Amino acid sequence: MRALSIIRAAGAETCHPWPRHILRTPDWAAMAQALPEDPALCLVALWADTVQVHALLHVVGAERIVLASVSVEAGGYPALSPARPGAAWFERTIHDLYGHRAEGGIDSRPWLDHGTWPHAAPLSARPPPLEHPAESPSFLPAVDEGVASLPIGPVTGTLDDAFHLRLGLHGEAIAQAEARLGYLHRGIPALLRGKAPRTAARFVARLAADATVAHALAFAQAAEAALAVTVPPRAVALRRMMLECERIAVHLDDLAMIGAAVGASGVAAACAEPREHLLRGLEQAFGHRLMMDCVVPGGLAATVGPAELQALRRGIGAVAAALPGLRRRLEASACLPRLTGLGTVPPALAETLALGGVAGRASGRRWDARLLRGLDGFVPALERAGDAAARTRLRVMEIVGSLDLLAQLLDFVPEGEMSVALPMVSGEGVACVEAARGDVWHWLRLDHGQIAAAFPRDPGWALWPAMEAALHGAAAEETLAILRSFGLVAAGVDL
Amino acid sequence: MIGRFWKPRAADPLPPPDEDTTRSLLERLDSAAQMRLGRSLALLHVNGGSCGGCEMELRALRGVLYDLERFGLRFVTAPAQADVLLVTGALTRTLRVALEQAWDATPDPKWVVAVGDCAVDGGVFKGSYAILGGAGAVVPVDLTISGCPPSPVRLLSGLRALLEANAR
Ligand code: SF4
Repeated sequence: MRALSIIRAAGAETCHPWPRHILRTPDWAAMAQALPEDPALCLVALWADTVQVHALLHVVGAERIVLASVSVEAGGYPALSPARPGAAWFERTIHDLYGHRAEGGIDSRPWLDHGTWPHAAPLSARPPPLEHPAESPSFLPAVDEGVASLPIGPVTGTLDDAFHLRLGLHGEAIAQAEARLGYLHRGIPALLRGKAPRTAARFVARLAADATVAHALAFAQAAEAALAVTVPPRAVALRRMMLECERIAVHLDDLAMIGAAVGASGVAAACAEPREHLLRGLEQAFGHRLMMDCVVPGGLAATVGPAELQALRRGIGAVAAALPGLRRRLEASACLPRLTGLGTVPPALAETLALGGVAGRASGRRWDARLLRGLDGFVPALERAGDAAARTRLRVMEIVGSLDLLAQLLDFVPEGEMSVALPMVSGEGVACVEAARGDVWHWLRLDHGQIAAAFPRDPGWALWPAMEAALHGAAAEETLAILRSFGLVAAGVDL
Repeated sequence: MIGRFWKPRAADPLPPPDEDTTRSLLERLDSAAQMRLGRSLALLHVNGGSCGGCEMELRALRGVLYDLERFGLRFVTAPAQADVLLVTGALTRTLRVALEQAWDATPDPKWVVAVGDCAVDGGVFKGSYAILGGAGAVVPVDLTISGCPPSPVRLLSGLRALLEANAR
């Protein structure tokens, strides 16, 4: 682990709960060169502020988390993408938002910036005047001449995110797949800056609705870590329940979409109904069907009494009651056989991309952020095949797991306060939460109670590249089924 | 042809969604549809920069009311087939062209519904460099359905208003 020793040898700044090592540029370059020897060292996120670039690395199994930073010199920093191809989207994002160049990077095309913003590099200390005209996104050249190009999106009519997917077809088979995101960029990193965590939480909750609780929670925990605030036990218990409820709701939604994509409308209906009961229970319990704005830094915004807990129990009970029927439908439908062997992610790719969530665990990657934070005896369900069927089966298993966790949590809900006030002090923190689609990370630095810099890492950063790779060789008509099996969301990546 | 019956950026024109259940609403919709419906409405969703919450509730509407078609409403996937564009999101600058193209490709008569607070006026993202502040910045909006996100019941009352106007 030479890369790890290089990082560890560098001095560190205080960041809770993991220190952030500050590397000199030559040491960062040496670390980047050593990365190919350390396949177990996964790059989870790469982001920036106006003066530094930061990396978050994770040794799976050992659950060792390492943070490293380098100063931007003469507008650039040594790229990590030659060693970790997954870094390319991060490097392009950093360039589009801050103007820092990744020296030696494998891809320097624009990413979030489609040439439509009023400024280039809107987050840089001095945004340069716009010099590029609006241009349509450029795509990789076709691998060879026999490849026909099939563009999909950004308007798909599928009640879904806006994204663009370009398929290169060899007859019926997909020879090349490239996703182009950035359409949903709402400028969230800029909106977070200079705000108090409580105010900023409204934007965080709207990064990606499928993980509104997970993002709000990771963000809140990062702020609480930075400020050394302890959240009341009642809020901690309720937050965990909300996270599991969100997981169930999203898994049911994903299963419904997978079912619809392969023509198993019975499966879709069997998911939609219990999901609706759950959402109504959540509305009665927390005041919002998706639990948006309920988790705030310091605790919870909602007041949850006995009547609310009872409504929550009813919603969860409806899912538990419907689950056997849903499983029967799934087994009886042509769904799983159809999905077998489709969109396979090999374990090595899952590792390289730091692929988390159902998609990572379906490829045997034993990582679940719930392993990180006090859930005694928690064992994540695993699959090995790495295909769409494995991802689908895992979702059902995880609903069962979440129902078990909820039963335990509902058994004893501590009494007491729902939230504590946050002090107006400075500090830095990072936190991780397992969302339905994988690990959500939030880092932030507070300056006298206001956000100086922040970055949210959505699971989508790993899911999209994994999907691109998994489409290779598939029949074009299977595209929707493969996409659905990953549960892709662009909003969280587009910021 | 039916004129535009709500001005762009109008405040939420719907009665408070106090219906207890979707069912009671459905019954009303059913009779309205049977009595006065001229033809069914084809809905095309256009994402204008959403967090995905409005889409979740649109999917919930479609999922629970799988017989939506009985009430004269159906989802389509191409502008050429659409009567109504359901626009979500704060309208990012990058999606402006996509919305314009979808609108141009939708045959007349057509309606635009701004779904969710973001599409109504930019919602929480108002003032960001990356957004234009809702569907009305680019296309004429006929109906707004507020909420963040609007619940299926609220979506349905909005669409019912559109159906009734269509049948008038
Ligand atoms: S209105 Fe709310 S739910 Fe809908 S896209 Fe905007 S932030 Fe998301």
